[in-house]
Amino acid sequence: MKKPRLFHALEVGDILPTLTLEPINRTTLALFAGASNDHNPLHIDIDYAQRAGMPDVFAHGMLSMAWLGRQITDWWPQEKLRSLSVRFVGITRLGDVIRCEARVIELIEVAHERRARIQLKTVNQMDESKVLGEAVVAL
Amino acid sequence: MIDRKFIGLTLPEFTTRVEAGALRFFAKAIGEIDPIYVDEAAAREAGHPALPLPPTYLLSLQILQSSSAWRQQMGIVPQRVLHGEQSFVYHHMAYCGDTLRFVGRIADIYDRKDGALDFVARETQVFNQANVLVAELRSVLVHRNR
Repeated sequence: MKKPRLFHALEVGDILPTLTLEPINRTTLALFAGASNDHNPLHIDIDYAQRAGMPDVFAHGMLSMAWLGRQITDWWPQEKLRSLSVRFVGITRLGDVIRCEARVIELIEVAHERRARIQLKTVNQMDESKVLGEAVVAL
Repeated sequence: MIDRKFIGLTLPEFTTRVEAGALRFFAKAIGEIDPIYVDEAAAREAGHPALPLPPTYLLSLQILQSSSAWRQQMGIVPQRVLHGEQSFVYHHMAYCGDTLRFVGRIADIYDRKDGALDFVARETQVFNQANVLVAELRSVLVHRNR
């Protein structure tokens, strides 16, 4: 995949291309449970989820975080990623169509390295925020 | 309420080797289409010695730690746990074939909403086979007490 090499030209307010995912279904969650080693039945077993007081299974927070990571590495070589952090603020449910949005909020210099702080979020088709976070990348 | 005496608790060390099949499965599960994460030739062409671990995969390795005795000891009930926050600070790339060592501790425990929710912060340092610090992870679990 060709990645743009114009990092030095980044400016505060720049918006990265949005990453929009397919609607989440039970297969998405089963595959992620296996691949991520997170076998918590809350995400794959409706009977267990209902006994725990949830209406149905719901997505792993780390699935959304992995998508945010993809959005960054689609545009920056991963070796320039300095940090990635998120707060899970809402439950991501079956049928949600998740959109990853990213915006440059600050240019900084740390240890003689120019870096950009990028605000991240995932939202569903109703524009409800699900995950809020930040990435720091070297320019 | 989770007892504050567990702040500082050292978690059992854990070591694992990163496998290509597992990385390819993870890439498939998250819809990763960049060939450097699945095709060794593409990874080498991009300057990597092997398939790189995507940014969040270190947590999936941490989950492999089989010992859950410390969770029981702390009174954590799995059905009451939600993942509240997660962060990674990266120091060195990790690759397929690396043997990674996870060194973790309970960094903090605090409550919100008059004790209805406990927050447990776990911090982990990850070192590779050359004892180079690869990354620092911080996970905050939210435990519903009622």
